[in-house]
Amino acid sequence: MDPMESLAAALQRGDDAAVREHTREAIGLGRAPAAILNQGLLAGMGVVGEQFRTHQIFLPEVLLAARAMYAGLDVLQPLLERDNVPMLGKVVIGTIRGDLHDIGKNLVGIMLRGAGFEVIDLGKDVPPERFVDAAVEAGASVIGMSALLTTTMVGMKEVVATLEARRCRGQIKTIVGGAPVSAEFAREIGADDYAFDAASAVTRVKALLGVA
Amino acid sequence: MRPRLQLLDEALIDRILDEARHVLATIGVEIESDEARALLAEHGAPADEATGRTRLPGALIDRALDTAPRAIGLYDVLGAQTHDLSGTNVHFTPGSSAILVLDHATGTMRPPTTADYVEHTKVVAGLANIAAQSTALIPADVSERIQDSYRLFLSLLYGEKPVVTGAFTVESFDVMREMQVAVRGSERALREKPLTIFSCCPTSPLKWSHVTSQNLIDCAQAGIPAELVSMPLAGFMAPVTLVGTLVTHAAETLSGYVIGQLAAPGAPMLWGGSPAVFDVRYETTPMGAIETMMIDCAYNEIGKRLGLPTQAYIALSDSKLLDAQAGFETGMGAVLAAASGINSISGPGMLDFESCQSLEKLVLDDAICGLALRLARGIEPAEDFPSLPRFTELLSDGHLLISDHTRRHLRDQITFPGPVIDRANRSRWQEEGSRPLGERARDEVERLLAGYRPSRLPDETARELVRLMEAEARRAGMPALPARDP
Ligand code: B12
Repeated sequence: MDPMESLAAALQRGDDAAVREHTREAIGLGRAPAAILNQGLLAGMGVVGEQFRTHQIFLPEVLLAARAMYAGLDVLQPLLERDNVPMLGKVVIGTIRGDLHDIGKNLVGIMLRGAGFEVIDLGKDVPPERFVDAAVEAGASVIGMSALLTTTMVGMKEVVATLEARRCRGQIKTIVGGAPVSAEFAREIGADDYAFDAASAVTRVKALLGVA
Repeated sequence: MRPRLQLLDEALIDRILDEARHVLATIGVEIESDEARALLAEHGAPADEATGRTRLPGALIDRALDTAPRAIGLYDVLGAQTHDLSGTNVHFTPGSSAILVLDHATGTMRPPTTADYVEHTKVVAGLANIAAQSTALIPADVSERIQDSYRLFLSLLYGEKPVVTGAFTVESFDVMREMQVAVRGSERALREKPLTIFSCCPTSPLKWSHVTSQNLIDCAQAGIPAELVSMPLAGFMAPVTLVGTLVTHAAETLSGYVIGQLAAPGAPMLWGGSPAVFDVRYETTPMGAIETMMIDCAYNEIGKRLGLPTQAYIALSDSKLLDAQAGFETGMGAVLAAASGINSISGPGMLDFESCQSLEKLVLDDAICGLALRLARGIEPAEDFPSLPRFTELLSDGHLLISDHTRRHLRDQITFPGPVIDRANRSRWQEEGSRPLGERARDEVERLLAGYRPSRLPDETARELVRLMEAEARRAGMPALPARDP
């Protein structure tokens, strides 16, 4: 079997050790690090994501696959850095000020990482300015905000306003989520997008950044 | 005999409690409130410097369980007793804090307004099987800073039944307590006759946030009943096994008892919860899952083994509209909860994972609750023995429809749900328009709204409530409250 195929298959099984090994193998065969990342690891995660969406597999299998992907990524990272291969993008996430519900946000973080994004998780009860500070500092291109309370969701608006005030609303996109939040609310506050669950968050963030 | 659902045997209950105590004694809980931590330190359980966690020795837990009351009474705004939360007594209350209302006119879910809240309260006032109101909706037309207190305000103004509620912040507690004192006349009177239950929710695993630990202490000190709403998610924030989830639930709830009873020994508290299994396909917390209901009923058995009043979020549905799923999930939950003997059952009216209230569903659920309450009364002989006289009467009269025995016992033996439940024969049903359940439920809502009688709360008290609420709104930067119906 082609090492890329074995790699993708091992990843779908959630087999850390095999992913690590096939990654080394592919490197040994002289495959380009960018190709190993895209056609091996991320392609495998793409299949996993699709199988999850259609209920062929469930969340635990997705998380296992994501963990296996990191195992491969650990091996690949130095080469990616050497070749200046960019990751999909950096996303800052957090639960907005006053809100302690972080289960959904954590899931979104895990899935984004699994899809190849670098995720900076600010935790919960995060003041609006911190989202912006962190994104600017890290050079992130997306801010993801979570709110589960009607009493806290308004804080998201301040994040958009702060981005506006600092003239970085164009470069740094915003996406919001959580039970009381809706696409309509996202429009109202001027956020760039909304997603109803972690799997769709991945699709939407990719769309926001124009990556496949 | 009162029928009892039993999911756990005593040996398993004791093992679960032992494990929970072991977890509390070794890993401990994370408590954010300084006041709670200081209280525990004073009683020999200081927080660990390195981990910030507080280990709870068994003796402290035993003491809390000793001082916790075995029964809690609730009283309506006029001071009449409505609840005896003890033993296997069962009382229903609508599911609380929906962020949406299902608008019957458009069939869509939308954020609720003051008008929706008032309608909900008026409907609850007329429902025979819903013993308590709850702050069931979050009105979106007031500042988010007063969304918790404003709900209690409207409930106390329009309804007479006691209220299951909760604060969203530490600051809101004060005005919510003052409103209750205004209704009762004094702090002592409120202590003697509790008017509300406050939800206080630990965070799984094993954590009390600043808000909830402080709310719990404030409730305990004011003598306001607190229901501890632990919500481990099986397979996610708790073990996937139901027993493992029960251990987490027991540990979190026991830790709540320690905090509350240390703050005020004898403080009224309920062994409650809103656990759920986690659906790993949809990333959701289904309340209609049979396993969610099994966890609820099982922790009720644990609470009952300790002799405590209990509460659960059950008898609600994950459906998004009033359909068969809404009915069967609510029906299963109500029946199981009643058979289990959960004292305060939070759920009716609720759809969409505790997110949406529907007035039409609420009146259907009231009928369901009526059936479940009947089940809980079980089967008891009533002038049945000897049976011969009944046979003699039947053989001589040809029927028992007008027998004295029938007339004495008809209504306590057989429940007659309202028109929402269809029991007409086919022809009559067709003649009356072949109407589906949703339409009949709507009629019932209209009938209850038309028949609403204003609360008998004294005018002077109502004015005091308005004054308190207006002052709170001004503090939150809202110069005026939304207009209200008379
Ligand atoms: C678990 C829970 C808690 C736990 C939270 C534990 C934790 N570590 O997060 C605890 C016990 C701490 C808690 C506390 C409270 N809660 Co609570 N809680 C819930 C509950 C039951 C489930 C939430 C959950 O985790 N769902 C599972 C996850 C996976 O789903 P999710 O959060 O919706 O996330 C998904 C999507 O929304 C989306 N998403 C989420 N975030 C993001 C972000 C981005 C960027 C994107 C793209 C997508 C996205 O993807 C996620 C994955 O699919 C909900 C009811 C419900 N079913 O929603 C109530 C609920 C949210 N809570 C409620 C309330 C009232 C409270 C309290 C105020 C209760 C009290 N009086 O103490 C406190 C508030 C504390 C605070 N200040 O935040 C109300 C909210 C009402 C309102 N005003 O809005 C709800 C609706 C229940 C109810 N009807 O009473 N709660």
